[in-house]
Amino acid sequence: MMNRLLSLRDSREAAARGARRSLRWQRALPRGRSLVTAVPYGWLLLFFLLPFLFVLQISFSEVEIASPPYRALVTRAEDALHIALNLGNFTYIFGDPLYFDAYLGSLRMAAVTTLICLLIGYPVAYTIARAPEAKRNTLLMLVMLPFWTSFLVRVYAWMGILDNEGLLNHLLLSLKLIDAPLALMHTQLSVQVVMVYAYLPFMILPLFSNLVKLDGRLLEAAADLGCKPWKSFLTVTLPLSKNGVIAGSMLVFIPAVGEFVIPELVGTPESLMIGKVLWMEFFDNNNWPMAAAVTIVMVALLLVPIVYLHKREEKSLARAAKH
Amino acid sequence: MNGKNISGFGKLSLSLVFSFLYVPILILIAYSFNASKLVTVWGGFSKQWYTVLFNDDAVVSAFGLSLQIALLSSAMSVVLGILAGLVLARFGPFQSKSLFAGMITAPMVMPEVITGLSMLLLFVEMQQWFGFPAERGVLTIWVGHVTLCMAYVTVVIRSRLVEMDRSVEEAAMDLGARPLKIFFQITLPIIAPAIASSLLLAFTLSIDDLVITAFLSGPGSTTLPQLIFSRVRLGLNPEINALATITVLAVTVLVIGANRVMVKAELRRVRLAAAT
Repeated sequence: MMNRLLSLRDSREAAARGARRSLRWQRALPRGRSLVTAVPYGWLLLFFLLPFLFVLQISFSEVEIASPPYRALVTRAEDALHIALNLGNFTYIFGDPLYFDAYLGSLRMAAVTTLICLLIGYPVAYTIARAPEAKRNTLLMLVMLPFWTSFLVRVYAWMGILDNEGLLNHLLLSLKLIDAPLALMHTQLSVQVVMVYAYLPFMILPLFSNLVKLDGRLLEAAADLGCKPWKSFLTVTLPLSKNGVIAGSMLVFIPAVGEFVIPELVGTPESLMIGKVLWMEFFDNNNWPMAAAVTIVMVALLLVPIVYLHKREEKSLARAAKH
Repeated sequence: MNGKNISGFGKLSLSLVFSFLYVPILILIAYSFNASKLVTVWGGFSKQWYTVLFNDDAVVSAFGLSLQIALLSSAMSVVLGILAGLVLARFGPFQSKSLFAGMITAPMVMPEVITGLSMLLLFVEMQQWFGFPAERGVLTIWVGHVTLCMAYVTVVIRSRLVEMDRSVEEAAMDLGARPLKIFFQITLPIIAPAIASSLLLAFTLSIDDLVITAFLSGPGSTTLPQLIFSRVRLGLNPEINALATITVLAVTVLVIGANRVMVKAELRRVRLAAAT
């Protein structure tokens, strides 16, 4: 009896101790956790999300010769608030073929870049993923090294090659393949080549990390059952690497739409890309409201692919966490 | 997937792509030693452009500024990135967590002209409301770079936190260690290689950034990429070839070195795991 009472007391004490401990945890945790969450969250809200509200606001304002060069939307006069919403920037964008062509040209350029990167990048990612493990790390680093190297330097490297008196023309002339130098620089072609060059690592990396996880036994099984290599590639490998293809394509397509440096340095003056239009409206014309309106339309265009990419990444991360 | 040998097609595609990636850079390096002022005509070997470069005060001071900003912003973005990685990998769902995760992904893919313009407009409005920041310069560039870099850092840290073996953490928790102690004594050492590589990534992103910097810089603050851009816009320039060569070599040494260190650390980890 005594024993039972004692053990009861013991277990009660233990439970109380346990409860105290978990209480301490609970007290410590929410405070610590909300602080840990609040710092990066607050930073992003203030410096990433909030700015878009200002862009939206300024896109509805009018340009003015002042500092800063736009009219405030809300003014107070005679004790009344006046709100002047100006839709002029947007009607201008949708009415003027210059802007429409620039948007269309950028989307097309980004889409073609994505497609070429995929066609070049897939065999490379596949080969590296199937290479012996000892070589894999070195090969991957060779792909990544240009990505770590300055973007500007990589674009500049092509200026010397594509220049109308550049190396490629010299080479072709000395090989007697052409009689007169080709106009390579400042064409759509030069922009296209450099775009592919600059964005290729962004395609290869996600493709590789997807393909490397592919279970080789599936391909062996297909081969054992008499499946030809190209057929097992089409029916096994390609469908299983869908997530890598989508992630890589998005990582190339979305930033490529707004590319500025490449069309500025190797592009044509006439056919504009929208990133360059935004830059010119802002820096050359000092028309901030127009630049803001161009930005809003671009964000609207890119929001769907960005959200789509984000949803897919979250899903694959959740799957990885479960395993 | 683990193959035995690289197929003929594989070898062909690798050699084609690697020459596509590296030939332009090698040509760039070769022409930095060109005696001729015309960048595309070979006029003999010379180191003169390096002398010109090192005596160019504008380049030296722009490099100093870039280095300062890159150090400051990579340090801050790693701190914020670790916190954000913890929130995403370890904390349970909370209200608007998906908004948070979305704001982490977005700066990585968002065209930089958009990020740059929107941040600039924020600073202009802030100045009108509070008079702060009084002018654009190192501080505003730093904020922009931190926001861009923390996205990359978070992705690296988060995936390491998700992948890592949590048993040691759980054991410490069962033994009654406080969360803060667990984090500093267990989690942080385990993810240290990921922190190192994200620090390197943030540093190179910051020191290389042109577009966001162009929007956020003031009259007195010209970074190295801005200087290069303003010269390259005017055409080919052998001095820039010399500068580019130094950049490429520095990055190569840094990345290969970091990679070797990390491979060694990984091997040690695998061996330890196999031994126990």
